[in-house]
Amino acid sequence: MIEAHQLTKRYGEKTAVDRLDFVVQPGAVTGFLGPNGAGKSTTMRMIVGLDAPTSGAVSVNGRRYAQHSAPLQEVGALLEAKSIHPGRSAFNHLMAQAYTHGIARRRVSEVIELTGLQSVANKRAGAFSLGMGQRLGIAAALLADPSTVMLDEPVNGLDPEGVRWIRNLLTGLAAEGRTVFVSSHLMSEMALVVDHLIIVGRGRLLADTTVADLIRQAGGDSVKVITADPARLRAVLAGSGVEISGRPHSKELLVTGMSLRSIGLAAAQHGIALFELSAKTISLEEAFMDLTRDAVEYHSSTTGIQAPGRAA
Amino acid sequence: MTTITATHASPTAPAQDPLAPAARPPYRVTGQRVLRSEWAKLWSLRSTWITLGLGLVFMVAFGLIAAVQYKSRISSGQHIDADFAKATAVSLSLFGTNFAQLARGVLGVLVTAGEYSTGMIRSTLAAVPHRLPVLWSKSAVFGVVALVVGTAGAVITFLFASGVVSGTPAALTLGDAGVLRSLLGAGLYLGLVGMIGTALGALLRSVAGGISVLVGALMLVPGLISLLPSAWQNDIGPYLPSNAGESMFALHHAANTLTPTAGLAVFLGWTVLALAGAAYRLVHTDA
Repeated sequence: MIEAHQLTKRYGEKTAVDRLDFVVQPGAVTGFLGPNGAGKSTTMRMIVGLDAPTSGAVSVNGRRYAQHSAPLQEVGALLEAKSIHPGRSAFNHLMAQAYTHGIARRRVSEVIELTGLQSVANKRAGAFSLGMGQRLGIAAALLADPSTVMLDEPVNGLDPEGVRWIRNLLTGLAAEGRTVFVSSHLMSEMALVVDHLIIVGRGRLLADTTVADLIRQAGGDSVKVITADPARLRAVLAGSGVEISGRPHSKELLVTGMSLRSIGLAAAQHGIALFELSAKTISLEEAFMDLTRDAVEYHSSTTGIQAPGRAA
Repeated sequence: MTTITATHASPTAPAQDPLAPAARPPYRVTGQRVLRSEWAKLWSLRSTWITLGLGLVFMVAFGLIAAVQYKSRISSGQHIDADFAKATAVSLSLFGTNFAQLARGVLGVLVTAGEYSTGMIRSTLAAVPHRLPVLWSKSAVFGVVALVVGTAGAVITFLFASGVVSGTPAALTLGDAGVLRSLLGAGLYLGLVGMIGTALGALLRSVAGGISVLVGALMLVPGLISLLPSAWQNDIGPYLPSNAGESMFALHHAANTLTPTAGLAVFLGWTVLALAGAAYRLVHTDA
């Protein structure tokens, strides 16, 4: 369990993390999402005591990370992928970490096997591919069999097979009752595995919610209708609580506030031909984009994000 | 909180009631374990072996070359410059110390600053969030290694060099007064230079910065001091790290230098100062 209370980190004028309050519960995968520069990594560094908060506090299993007698057993963290010395072999790197806690050599071999690094365990870690480096970082995170696993952008640089492996790993760890806290700036990577979401932008908490709630809040229950006579259908469907949008001269309408069934019935009643009638559920990705649009640190000059017909 | 032990973890756990809270392995960070870890880290890098070996080669080779040069000039009856005229088997043997100290100090810087430049420090401090044990362990482990290698280098060089110059005015044996003290002093000096290197690396968190300050303090500052009025030179000079260190292994106590014991005390003072600075920064600055 991770508890942040008014957690704040300032670097001179810039506030990287701004009064964050959140709790990460055990037994579930909690996604930590936000655009680049939202303060995710800084928050994670504060959790394991690498950075000191300017104000506020964050605790792990009831205490500050540094106050635990076996910190690696409380939180296993993958921070940036390259938290290793490139001249040391994977095995020696893990062994050096293991010595500090009195972890047996056998456990080192276990995590090497678990992460599929057997064939390269004695190679210099500097020669590893990005994906191998991530696996080594995850091996180090799991080394002390921690009750909380915290991974910063774990799928970066992994191939599809590796991404799938991470997903299974995360759900497996959560099923074992561990606290799993995973950051990402890509919602799509997380959508399949996370139970809970903590979304930040510019250091502030934007949402502390579940996947289903986030979609609902974003108003993702509109219906797409393609019809022979959009003008007449508009008139037929118009009513209180119903919102209809569509481009001029287009046969496509987007209706919110009515069910598929009632739209279909109304069209049939008035003899309007429908070519398509489908529920357009908003993707998690779009809901996330909406939420964080104002908090994106660096806007690209050509606005790449265009979720039609929806206000942020 | 109770945590279910992973199926992949601790296969040694006895097959007991699966519903009972699984006993978590009694992991714990201790000072001794941090030392063990730093020891393993030091020897698992190739640069350690190369730099230590190089330092040893500098020490032995340069000492032998000095001894052979001395011998050939003495026996050929050539004019001998003042430096050589006062040479002893000890001073000839320790001729390479200046070069060995560079190798030793640079490796010391690498031991700490190398963790910052590679990112390893994040792993290190995540495992030991109290931080200071890491600094003490790194300097202790490397200081002792540098001391042992330095002493071995000094003694080995002396054994060969004293053979070369036997029968000349420089001849000495291990049993002569002050010889063993000088050789051990040289080893101790190299050990402390290694510790200062680790401290500078941790203080500056940069390999280039650490090496620059080290070289500056040990080799450039003594030269710059000669620009000062001579009265000041005599007041300040002996207390500079390099001069104080040199007093530790000088066979004869010359005017305007410290006694070996005072030299050791002053050089220890510099080491403590560097370590204190490193400790302050380590504790007070984000990693």
